[in-house]
This record gives sequence, C-alpha cells and structure tokens, in this order.
Amino acid sequence: MPELKLNQAPAHVRHGSNMGQPLTRRDGVLKVTGAAPYAADSKVEGLLHAVLAVSTIARGRVTHLDVAAAKAHPGVVDVMTPENRPALAEDPDAKTNPFMFRLDLLQNDRVRYPNQPIAVVIADTLEAATEGAALLAPRYETEPARAGLDTEGRFSPNTVGVGNPAEASHGDVEAGLAGAAKRVEATYETPAQYHNAMEPHAIVAHFEGDRLTVDTPSQGLAMAQGRLAGLFGMDPKNILVRSPFLGGGFGSKGFIAGPQILGVLAAKLTGRPVKLVLRREHMYGPVGHRAPTRQTLRLATDGDGALQALHHHTLTASSTFDDFFEPASDIAHTLYASPAIRTSHEAVRVDSGTPLFMRAPGEATGSIALESAIDEMAEACGMDPLEFRLKNYAEIEPLSGKPFSSKALRECYRQGAERFGWSKRSLAPRQMRDADGLLVGYGMGTATFPALMFQANAKAIIKRDGTGVVESGTHDMGQGAWTAFAQVAADSLGLDIEQIEYRAGRSDLPDAGIAGGSAHTATAGTAIHRAGAAVIAKLAALATENPDSPLYGAGNAGVIAREGRLHRRDDESRSETFAAILDRAGLDQIEESGAAATDPAAAGAYAMHAHGAVFAEVKVDPDFGQIRATRLVGAFAAGRIINPKLVRSQLFGGMIWGVSFALHEHAAVDHRTGRVMNPNLGEYHIPVNADVPALEAITVDEHDPHVNDLGVKGVGEIGITGSAGAVANAVWHATGVRVRNFPITLDQLIG
Amino acid sequence: MNRFEYLRPATAADAVAAAAQPGAAYLAAGTNLLDLMKGGIARPDTLVDITRLPGLDTVETLPDGSTRIGALVRNARLAHDAGFARRYPAVAEALLSGASPQLRNAATAGGNLLQRTRCTYFYDTASACNKRQPGSGCDALHGDNRLHAVLGWSERCIATHPSDFCVPLAALDAVVETHGPAGPREIPLEAFHLLPGDAPERETVLQPGELILAVRLPPQAAEFAAHSRYLKVRERTSYAFAVASAAAALRMEGDRVAEARIALGGVALKPWRAREAEALLAGQKPDAALFRRAADAALADARPSAPANAFKIELARRIVARALTLAAAGTPNRIPALPASPFAHQTGGAHHA
Ligand SMILES: Cc1cc2nc3c(=O)[nH]c(=O)nc-3n(C[C@H](O)[C@H](O)[C@H](O)COP(=O)(O)OP(=O)(O)OC[C@H]3O[C@@H](n4cnc5c(N)ncnc54)[C@H](O)[C@@H]3O)c2cc1C
Ligand code: SF4
Repeated sequence: MPELKLNQAPAHVRHGSNMGQPLTRRDGVLKVTGAAPYAADSKVEGLLHAVLAVSTIARGRVTHLDVAAAKAHPGVVDVMTPENRPALAEDPDAKTNPFMFRLDLLQNDRVRYPNQPIAVVIADTLEAATEGAALLAPRYETEPARAGLDTEGRFSPNTVGVGNPAEASHGDVEAGLAGAAKRVEATYETPAQYHNAMEPHAIVAHFEGDRLTVDTPSQGLAMAQGRLAGLFGMDPKNILVRSPFLGGGFGSKGFIAGPQILGVLAAKLTGRPVKLVLRREHMYGPVGHRAPTRQTLRLATDGDGALQALHHHTLTASSTFDDFFEPASDIAHTLYASPAIRTSHEAVRVDSGTPLFMRAPGEATGSIALESAIDEMAEACGMDPLEFRLKNYAEIEPLSGKPFSSKALRECYRQGAERFGWSKRSLAPRQMRDADGLLVGYGMGTATFPALMFQANAKAIIKRDGTGVVESGTHDMGQGAWTAFAQVAADSLGLDIEQIEYRAGRSDLPDAGIAGGSAHTATAGTAIHRAGAAVIAKLAALATENPDSPLYGAGNAGVIAREGRLHRRDDESRSETFAAILDRAGLDQIEESGAAATDPAAAGAYAMHAHGAVFAEVKVDPDFGQIRATRLVGAFAAGRIINPKLVRSQLFGGMIWGVSFALHEHAAVDHRTGRVMNPNLGEYHIPVNADVPALEAITVDEHDPHVNDLGVKGVGEIGITGSAGAVANAVWHATGVRVRNFPITLDQLIG
Repeated sequence: MNRFEYLRPATAADAVAAAAQPGAAYLAAGTNLLDLMKGGIARPDTLVDITRLPGLDTVETLPDGSTRIGALVRNARLAHDAGFARRYPAVAEALLSGASPQLRNAATAGGNLLQRTRCTYFYDTASACNKRQPGSGCDALHGDNRLHAVLGWSERCIATHPSDFCVPLAALDAVVETHGPAGPREIPLEAFHLLPGDAPERETVLQPGELILAVRLPPQAAEFAAHSRYLKVRERTSYAFAVASAAAALRMEGDRVAEARIALGGVALKPWRAREAEALLAGQKPDAALFRRAADAALADARPSAPANAFKIELARRIVARALTLAAAGTPNRIPALPASPFAHQTGGAHHA
C-alpha cells in the first residue's frame, strides 16, 4: 500500500503504522465481562417500564381494548392508546423523502399488519406492564389478510432499493435468447427473513425540561435525532441520542423504528423516564424484514458458453402503506458480461410490516438466484462452473459500460479455488462420497457488493501534551468500528493508537452518517483521515512559520507527522514534537474538522465494487437429505484492509449468513393470517455452532485509487453474497437435485 | 405473565395436595413451563416448585437390577453418568441430542416427559388450537404442517410429542412412578402419553396433582447395551427438534437378533413403539432387507396428516432401517460428538459387550 497523502495540503504526509494491523477489538473485554453498556442497561432514577400490545390480525380495526382491566392491574401506571397518545408535530404517515418510513405510532385504530403496536402499557415493573398488555384483550373488526407473493395486484414499482430504476437494460435480450445455442430459464424463491439482531430494539427515554435524552441502538445517530426532532417538534440540539454499543443491527436499526418512538411517547405521557424493550416476537413486524422474492432468470449462451442474454426478473412484496422494494435483480448489472442484459422488478402489496434493508439488501437475495442460474447454465454448457464464470468475466461493468475502479476478482477466483481444492471437483453431480458414505458436493458463487460512500464528518484535536482526540459519531454494531476508526484516527495524526482518544456513539459528536451499505469505514474513515490531515496542516503552519522552530521555513518542502513529531520532509533529522509546537504557541489544543462524501467525478467515471469468490463443500445424507455445510473458502478483494482481524470476522459473519440463507432462515408465514409462525430463535433457525463450517477468508490485495482517500471498500455485507449460492450449488452437486425454493430443506431433497 | 402464587413444599405429599387444586402447576426447571407462561399459553394461578423436594434427584440401581431415575435428575447429569450411559447408551445419546447444553443442564427428567408439543399454532395464542383451547379448532390442519404427525393423529390435533428422551425409554419398557391424590402408582411409559383422539387437551394419564417421582428402567433394558442407538434427523445439525427419530436396540445371540426394540419420535403425539417391526426381527439374521421390512412394518399404519408431511413417512422408514443398521453394528465406545446425528462419524470403533 502506498503512503497516504493529504488531500487538502499535499505538502504534508503522515506516517502511521496502525492501519493494517490486526488489533483485537477494544470493546471485546468490556463485552465478555458485561461491562459494555447497551441501551437497555441504562439506569435512570424513577424509570418506568413500557410494553407493547400488538395486533394479532393483519388487517382491520381495533374495536375494543380493555384499558380498565389493564389499569386495574397492580403496578400499571398508564395505558397509551390512540385516545391519549401525546400529540406529535408531524404525521407518522407523512413521507417527504424515500428514507422517511411511515410509522405506527397509535395515530388511529387501524391495523395494517400482524404485530403492529396498538397500545403501550406503562408500569412500575416489566412484569406488571407485560401482564397489563395481555389484559387489554383487544377485539377487532377483521378483514382478510393479504399474504404471499401470489397476492393480487402486481405492479411495477417506480424505483427499487434506494431509488434505483426498477427496469434497466442494454442490448436486446429477447434476440439474444432467440438466437442462442443453449438456454436456461428457472424460477427461484426466497422467503421473508427477519434481522433478529441479538439485541432487540430497546430505548430508555428521559425528558428533562425541554431536553430529551435517549439511549437506543442506532446505525444512524443523526438521522434518529432528526426524526425525533421532526416528530416531537423539537430543536435537534435538545435531543441527545446515545448508542455506544449495538448488539447487531443488520439494517433494522438504520432508522429509528416505531416502537422506539413509542417509548419516547410513553415518557412524554407519564412525565417519567421510560424503558421499552421489544420482545423477540414483537420484532416480526414493526422493525423491518427482508422481503420475500420470486426471481425468474433467463440465460442464454452461444456454443462456446459465452453469455448472449441475461434477464433477471424479481417479484417482491412491500407493505400496503409504504415502499421498500427488494432490488434483487440489480445484482445482474455488474457480475457477468453479456451483450444483452435486462433487469426488471414487479411487486405486490401484502399486509406485513414494511420491508427494509437487511444485510446486503437486494444483493443477498439476488445473488443466490443468479449464482444458482449461472450454475445451471454452466451445467447446460457442460462446463465447470469456475471456467464458465471466467469465460463470462466482466472486464467492464456490463450494464453501464464503465470501467471498474479496481477489480481483483480473477485473483479471488484463483486464490480461492486453489486454497479450496476446486480442481478435485467432479463435473457431474452425485459422484463424490466421504468415508462414511455421505454425499459430498462442491459449489461456488461470485461475491459482489458496491463500494459506496455516504456523508460523514469528524473532528481531530491535538492537545498540548502531544496526544490526540478524534471524534465522530460513528456506530459500533459489533463490527469493531471503534477499533478500526481509532486506527485510522491514530494514523491521521501520526500518533500511536495509545496516544489518542477516539470518541464515538453519540449524536452530539460530528455527524458520521449511517453505518450501512458497507460504507461506514470508507465514509467516516475518510472524514477522520481528513480531519487529521487538517489539524496536522494547522500544526505544521504553527511550526514552519515560527523562526524558533527547527521546522521554520519548511512550508514548501512540507513535513511528515510520525510518532508525535513533525519532521522536515527533505531533512528528517530536523523535527519537533507536537507538544513543543503547541507549547511555544501557548495553545492548549488545536482542532480541525474533516468531511467525506461521494466524489461525483469518480462515481461518474468508474463502477466501484468489492468482489469475491466463495467455494463451499457440503455433505448430504443420501437417505435423509439432511445437509451440513462442511467447508467454506472465500477470497475477497475489497481495497485497503484497515484491520485484518476485524475484516476476517466480518467476512466470516457474512459467509455464515450465506449458509443460513441457503439452508436455514425463513419466516414461516401463514398465508391465511399473514402471521409469522416461528417468531423466536428456537424455531427461526439460524446456524448453530455445529452448522458453522470450517471457514477461511482470504483477502486479496487490491489497490483502489478512486473509491476514497483511504482506498477502502466495504466488507460488512459482501460475505453473504456468493456464499449462499455456493452452498446451494454444492447441494446440487452433492445430490443432483436442484432446489429452487430457499432455504433448501431435506424434504425437497428426498420428497 | 399473570400474577401467581409461588409455593415451595417440603414434602411430596404437600406438593401433591397443593398441585391438586385447580389452576396449579408443578414447576421443575421451567425451561418449558416458563416459556409457555411468558407467551400466555399457560396461565397457572399457583406454581408448586418441586425442585427442593428431597430424594428426587438421584439415579439408583435397585436390587433387581432396575435403574430408577429421580424426576429431578437433570438431563445433562443423567446423560453424563458414565454407569448409566454404559447400560443405556441409546437413552444417553437421545438426551444429548436434545436442546442445548444450557437447557440440558437445567431440564429435569420429569419435565422432559411432560414437555408440551412444539406445534407453532399451539404456541400462537392468536391461532385456533384444540389442545390449548378445547373446541376452538386446529389451525395446523390446513396451515404450516410440514413437520406434523403421520401416526396416531386425529382431525382434532395433528401435533407431535417433541421429546427425544422418551423415545428410547418407550423402546426399553420404562415405567413412570407417580404419586397422586389417590396414592402411588406405576404407569408404563408407553401408556403414559395419550393420542389426541377427540380430546387433545388430555395429554397424559396423570390425574390433577399427580407428581412424577421417577422413571424406572427394568432389568432387561440393560441387556440391549451392546447394540443400542438413537438416530435423529433434524433441520440443523444441533439444537433442533426431530423431524423424525428412532431408537433401535437389539439383544443379539450369536449372529441372530434374539429380541429387538424400536420406537419412533417426532411422528406422533407420543413416542411410538413399533411392536410389529420388533416381532419381525426376533430370531432373524440382521441384514438390510430385513431392516427395511421392519421399517415398513413400523410405518404400516402411517398416513400424512397433510400433503406437506407425507415425506416424513418414507423418511421415518429410512431412519428406522438406519438405526437398526447402526445398532447391529454395535454401540460405539463413546457417544459421538454429534450425538444421534447422521453426521456422527459412522466409521470407528464399536463396543462389544
Ligand atoms: C429451545 C428449546 C429446544 C429444545 N429442544 C429439545 C429437543 O431437541 N429435544 C427434547 O427432547 N427436548 C427439547 N427441549 C425441551 C426440554 O427438554 C424441556 O423443556 C425440558 O425437558 C423440560 O424440563 P423442565 O424441568 O424444564 O420442565 P418444566 O418446564 O419445569 O415443566 C414442564 C411440564 O412438566 C410439569 N412437570 C415437571 N416436573 C414434573 C413432575 N415431577 N411431576 C409432574 N409434573 C411435572 C410441569 O408442570 C410442566 O407442565 C427444548 C426446549 C427448548 C426451550
Ligand atoms: S395440531 Fe394440535 S397443537 Fe397444533 S394447533 Fe392443532 S390442536 Fe393445536
């Protein structure tokens, strides 16, 4: 990796050795000893407990709540219903931008999905509030539920995901299909999935005069603050949101959700601090989910296995009252070269909560279908799946025609395949067995995720004692952001990591944007890097303009910041400590800010994505169809790696999620009622330890000068993509049975 | 959770008196009961905590060679009791294939027998369920019923009994010792759980207040030790209930099966003893065809309770055949690291007693 250059003041460089180090997460000991404070741990004098009452029906009206019975229960302080809910300054159904999701805040008696909050019971104890909620015994006027992708009223949404066009194409797909030597058409289904972060959505809300303090897990502190300010008609400055630790978010904590705001309303109603923690089953409705999809892939190749046409069509579902359309087809924009590509989306509206971003939204769902279809196409061509992918390698982004800012995918394929032992794979399925007679299958998938930048700010301070402070309201969801940002921050100041204090996780710090889209390290990291640069430039000016400094006159030559000293760049023997410079200037500290955002020029010129190749081995019992993923090797190219240890954990987490996607996760929706029948972690299966295969995540060197100052692409989501398809393809290779309805269950293999 | 009285009686007699009152329930480890209370499925007025009752937490060998497992013996303790595991390896393997280590450390033998079905409609108070609310209907019948019963079900209820422990117990003729308002009695485990019939709310033959004191394995049960296995097919490698399971135990004489025991789990509302299949094996030389015939006999009366669970019938046959094959090969020296799993290594040393 080349040395990092300062953007604003190219005369100065900083030399640090923190980035690239496999530091152990700084929060690890706190977490394993229970010392890390999560939102629900917050203790405030006089705290009341609030519990949601949620609808059991999917659609209709609440006609009666036995408020008297609930209030009569010992310990119950109040019951909040549409009748007495404190007024809001903004309609919860208002939507002034696509990132503003409609909320259920007891605005009326209408029910529009199962588990919608219909009342809040507030009590002295959690137990009393819980029983109070049960005593409400709601009665309803019920209308039939609309559930499932076969619901009537298909339509083409205007946009999918975050404002992407629902339809896109280049070339003539129909002509490509018509004239092709080989064709594959297949339909894949993915179920609704729920984020199920270990930590449920929780809030402790506390009004003091005109000030509001909330402890709540957030992937977007400033947005949460802004949303609260809008709803409560408050000055954002009077709202403090604290979120030092999140027990996972995966997108479901990107926006403050209805139940959290109900906690604030309960505090307002009672005039006392209130804690509201969602029960696990209440998370299956008001806090988002990954929408189900039915994806139809049509592919065609010429006689040599070169793709001639690729059509990726997705049918998905949003709620009846808001828009989030899982952009599953968009994955086909970037991955494989074809003279004709078309992506399209349709949707239906069902009586569910509004779907939301969930780790690799669109990419995860789209990837398992596309990678399965690519595998089917390779099979139709009689080609090895890796050879087929290399044959159709995209040298430029196929849909846009833009060059890639960097793309080391070929190297990922090579290193991954070698490490995995791909060459030992039989071409035909159901050929390989282990010593116990279990069927063995190898499968692969290509991983991809866009390298995004949002907006972030940071502040860097150098203190008179020579140490530094760096602040940015970043979010540690468990990915180790605190540690990685501290590494960036230390290098941005040319200090050792022990010499700096990194402050994060509060809304009164510089706005760090959102921890999402795998862009947090890239965006906030760049802002931190620039803040450090700016304050070093200021420090350099103090020295180089002062005749008493050994650095006097070095303005043009520039300086190097290293280990707490500035060195003359053209004569490194001349140097001065940060402390000495500030001391002479009589300053206690100096500070500067930095900001980062998408560079429109780079974004216009280049397609920017991380890539990877995942290879999976599964074993299947030939009689029972029980499946176990036994080995996964992923090789990923994601630009600069700030902390290899944390990155490996992120990639492992994603790869395990891929196993989960292929083999386990699904919300069992009863199509008669729209209710999720497995709303608990006993029945909503995710892999347990025994399901986690031997994992290996290789990071392939990739230098990207275009994505951002740091050359960082994200690693938070890419691990799922490719992995789910690799596992699914391995199951086919083991058994010869192609299951297109995910997750793959044993009844589909033996039934 | 509703408000309830909490009692901690000092003697079994006091416990029985307290629990015989309407609305009372015994509390053992609570791994099932407390979940049911949190979900509003069970709303007892009184909890009678039996965990401090004396004398119920031991595993004893009786003079006649029977083994008596106290009702409060924790699942993990029993499974890890080396003497017990050597004599009843299929029981130990079944225990270790259930739930998670944390749950097994808590869960008691008595509670395991009385754990309620895992039918998701039973757990969802918004759904109709004859078992939870007699006469309300059965939403599973036309709902998400992929894993429901294929034996012994009725139109009133198609749920299964989820216990692993009970499956080898049923195969080995275990007896349940109880103490009720009418005094002590003994109930064969096979007759302990009731099929749904017209009254799925009646789950066992226990009378109100009747306390399980122990589960007893008769002396003959140990004679199968050399050829006993439990096999459990699941939707994930661990920490999942059985899609279907089987315990197979053989008493070999030379190269012939002198006596066979077979029971199935996850297929009916009780552990399902397969006596016809057992009879087929007696006196025969074990081979694949014989085991397949036995498996066919075990499932002879099976019929799907919904199209979605039809696959379980053939699956269960294959499980029975495999369990018999594994049992014939000999009980392994150590319980595999993945107990009862098809992914337990099948190669490796067997123990010959
Ligand atoms: C997530 C999860 C996964 C699980 N997976 C499995 C699995 O794979 N296989 C499996 O077999 N089990 C599984 N279990 C169930 C577990 O084995 C039972 O919950 C446990 O055995 C119950 O024992 P307990 O002591 O906690 O009973 P409790 O919950 O205390 O009681 C259960 C019932 O038995 C009654 N009772 C208890 N003791 C007595 C007694 N001595 N006399 C009369 N009545 C009594 C209680 O009144 C109550 O009705 C799982 C449980 C959970 C929560
Ligand atoms: S199968 Fe039995 S337990 Fe399940 S809903 Fe029907 S009656 Fe209730």
